Order: sequence, then structure tokens, then C-alpha cells
Amino acid sequence: MTTFWTLFAKETLRFWKVAMQTVAAPVLTSLLYLVIFGYAFTGRVQVYDGVSYASFLVPGLVMMSVLQNAFANSSSSLIQSKITGNIVFILLPPISYLEFFAAYVLGAVVRGLVVGAGVLAVTVWFVELHLAAPAWILAFALLGAALLGSLGLVAGIFAEKIDQLAAFQNFLILPLTFLSGVFYSIHSLPAFWQRLSHANPFFYLTDGFRYGFLGHSDFPPAASLAVVAASFFVVSLLTLKLLQSGYKLRN
Amino acid sequence: MRALAGVSLAVEEGEFFGLLGPNGAGKTTLINVVAGLVRADAGSVRVMGADVVRDYRSARRRLGVVPQELVFDPFFTVRETLRIQSGYYGIRGNDAWIDEVMQHLDLTAKADVNMRALSGGMKRRVLVAQALVHKPPVIVLDEPTAGVDVELRQGLWQFITRLNRDGHTIVLTTHYLEEAELHCSRIAMLKAGRIVALDSTRNLLARFGGSRTTARVVARDGRQFTLELAGYGDLEPQLARLRAQGVEIADLELDRPDLEQVFLALTS
Repeated sequence: MTTFWTLFAKETLRFWKVAMQTVAAPVLTSLLYLVIFGYAFTGRVQVYDGVSYASFLVPGLVMMSVLQNAFANSSSSLIQSKITGNIVFILLPPISYLEFFAAYVLGAVVRGLVVGAGVLAVTVWFVELHLAAPAWILAFALLGAALLGSLGLVAGIFAEKIDQLAAFQNFLILPLTFLSGVFYSIHSLPAFWQRLSHANPFFYLTDGFRYGFLGHSDFPPAASLAVVAASFFVVSLLTLKLLQSGYKLRN
Repeated sequence: MRALAGVSLAVEEGEFFGLLGPNGAGKTTLINVVAGLVRADAGSVRVMGADVVRDYRSARRRLGVVPQELVFDPFFTVRETLRIQSGYYGIRGNDAWIDEVMQHLDLTAKADVNMRALSGGMKRRVLVAQALVHKPPVIVLDEPTAGVDVELRQGLWQFITRLNRDGHTIVLTTHYLEEAELHCSRIAMLKAGRIVALDSTRNLLARFGGSRTTARVVARDGRQFTLELAGYGDLEPQLARLRAQGVEIADLELDRPDLEQVFLALTS
């Protein structure tokens, strides 16, 4: 287990040593979203009865931070190691592909949860915190961070240059998180866009996570959890296959 | 494109083995296959009996590799780097050995300095230290002295020679032929992915270098002579012949056969 714990500790220390950039910056970004959108829409948009727009927005912002930062952690760690060549330090030792996967994904989960907790902590100053069903909060946060940590590994394996990774981030992760119902309820969308939103796995993450805070959601949370768990299962299977084959890492 | 073809060789335990060849000969590819950094599409490699693919855990535990590229993780200090590397091999509480390695490599003063702040030579030493954290019986050094200053080069060789004396098997690739000649007991020469010579350093020198021994003689009157020698035993008779012709010898220089000649003979 020492091998796994060391790799996990390395992944965690890596972002913690530059916490200004990896934790403080995304927390500030989310805070800006809250201040701007919260100010612009509170009183104008009512999503659920008795829930202010800002209260609706906070869980979405937290989940968005969790997802984006989990992805950023594993993908940037891997691509940086590949580009600088220090990936040999983890390819030379007897690290199994399972240990590799678990350490990177868990590192990503920690980063996602730390940033998510940070966002929650600062928003509490502005918006009253509801905790309707904390177990759901934790389940969706963990699964969401793990899913994106695993996706980050896939992106990091495929990408050979920083700009290829940036494309993955800007053309896939960012649109999918923005369109997952962070800023609105998908019930407010036209029928076509509602159906399309259901094809976005990140929607179930945001919606289920929000249920844990507000006790309201657009989709039954248990069903959302099933979709998310299935997505994680499929993506981690793909990631493990890639790691086992050594694709683009040992070639 | 094939980087290696039909390479078959066995390095004995405790040996100081040299892997030579021009750029692109396949030296680094061969090392990468041994280290599991690259998967060969055919053939097999074993490190002290452990197959590098099927039994990769045992194989990698027995192997320490100093990569050619000057790579480092900019997030950590020297000591952190070495502790993390130990952990990857499943070793906890390795500080006593880490301290010893750092001391031998003159890294102690830099223990708590971030890797980014080190000079190239210092980074090279850390790479050597990283390859040794798990006390591997087999140590592979891929161009360990490339771009390294003279002082460090000497210190490094002292340390590596000591490791060899202590029983570690050393496999070395280098561009500096005199280093290989000085340290390696046996040498394989690669060219375009194939082994073109595999023998003891002494035999290689005798076989390919011996016929080219020459002596340069400078006479007192400034005349210069080049004597082609069949062997060292040929020197005295040839000098006697010169003296008989009335040449007063002022200076004599012998061109010892060296690996460079072997290298050129085999690879050009």
C-alpha cells in the first residue's frame, strides 16, 4: 500500500503546494459568479417555491467547481509529467495500473472536494445554507469528482500538448458543466433543450447534488445517482484499459 | 520502423558493462525496453530472472535507471523527491539510506532546496540518487555524464565504481569512449539496432585497435617519423633501425589503441 499512498500523497501535495492557483483562484471565480448572477437574478428568477435564486445557484456553483477542479488535477498532473519527462519517475517503479488509477483519481477527488468546500465556505457569508439530505451531497460530490478525475486521466493520456488538453477542457468539460443546470432549472428550457440536457451526464450530478441541499430537484435523485454511477463505471473501465495497455505512456 | 533487431546479450551479475554506439543506434531504446518504459513488439528481457513484462514488479525492483534527459519534478525539494521515489518502491522510513546517498553525491547541502533551483549538474546527481533509493542490484546509466562538469564527472565515477565494487551490476551507455574504456570490463557496440561487437574491452582493443598502434618520433634535428607497429614488441627493433641511420631521438609518443578506433572501425 505504500506505493499507492505515496503516489496519492504526491498528487495531493502537488496541488496543495500551489494552493493559491489551484484552490483560492477557483473559489474566487465561483464567488464572482455568485455575486454577479445572484445580484442580477435574485427576485427576477424563481426556480423552486420558497427558494431564492442565490440559494438555488450555490449548490450548482459548488458542483461546477468540484467537477472542473477534479478534472484539472489529474489531467494537468499527467500532461505536465509527460511534457517535462518526469513521468519516468512513476513509470520506472513497480506501480500497477490499478494503483496508478486509484492514486490519480483520489488525488483529483481531494482537489475537487477541497475547492468545493472552499466555495461553500465563502458563499455561506452571502447565502443561508440548507442541508436537506447531506448523504446525497456527499455521494454526488464523491462520484462527480471521481468521474471527472478519471476523465482527466483519459484526457491526459490522449493529449500530447497543453493546447490539446485545453481543447478537451474548453470544448467538452466547460460546456457540459455550464449546460448542466448550474445557473437555471432545465424545466425553464424549451422542450428540445430539456431533452438534450438529459443526455448530459453532468446534469444528473448537478441536479442530484442540489437535491441534497434544497430537497428539490428536476429529476429523481436516486435515478440521477444511478446514471452517475454508471457513467463513472464506464469511464473508469476505459481509463483502466488505457493504463493497462500503456497507451501513449509506454510506447 | 524497427529501432532494435535481433539484439541478444547477457550481462553477468557484478559486471561493469558498456553499451556503445552512434546516435540513433538504439542504445536508449534498449534501455527503455529493459526498464519497461517501452514495450518491445517481440522478444523478451529478464532482469535477474524476472521478465520485465510478466513479472514487472520484481524486474523493476531490481533495476535502477538514471535517464538521459535531465528531468525533475519542480514541485518538490531534493529530500522530498527522494522520499517520494522511495515510496513508489514501497519503502517507508528510508531516510538513513537517503542521507547516505546524498552524502556520497554531495547533495546534503541541497537537501531542502527546490529542484527548480538546482544547477544542471546537481539535477543530474539527484537523478542518480533517485535511481538508488531502493538499493537496486542492477544500475543502468544512460549517458550519465553528458553535459556534466569535470569535477562532478570524477565524483560520479568514483561513486559508481564503488557501487560496482560493492557488487552492483552496472550497465552504462556513454558518448565518452575513454570513460567506457576506463570502467567497462565488457562492451557491446550497437549500430542501427544491431549488435556489431560484443566482447571484453581488452579483446576489442586487441582485435580492432592493436593493428593500428603507431609511434611518433621527433629527432633532435626536428625531423619527424611515424612508425607503424605490429605490436609493442616491434617498437625496439624499429627504433634501433632509426638510430642506425644516425637519427638522434628527442621525443617519442605512442598512439595507444583506444575504443575510438574500435568504434570507428565498427560503426563507419
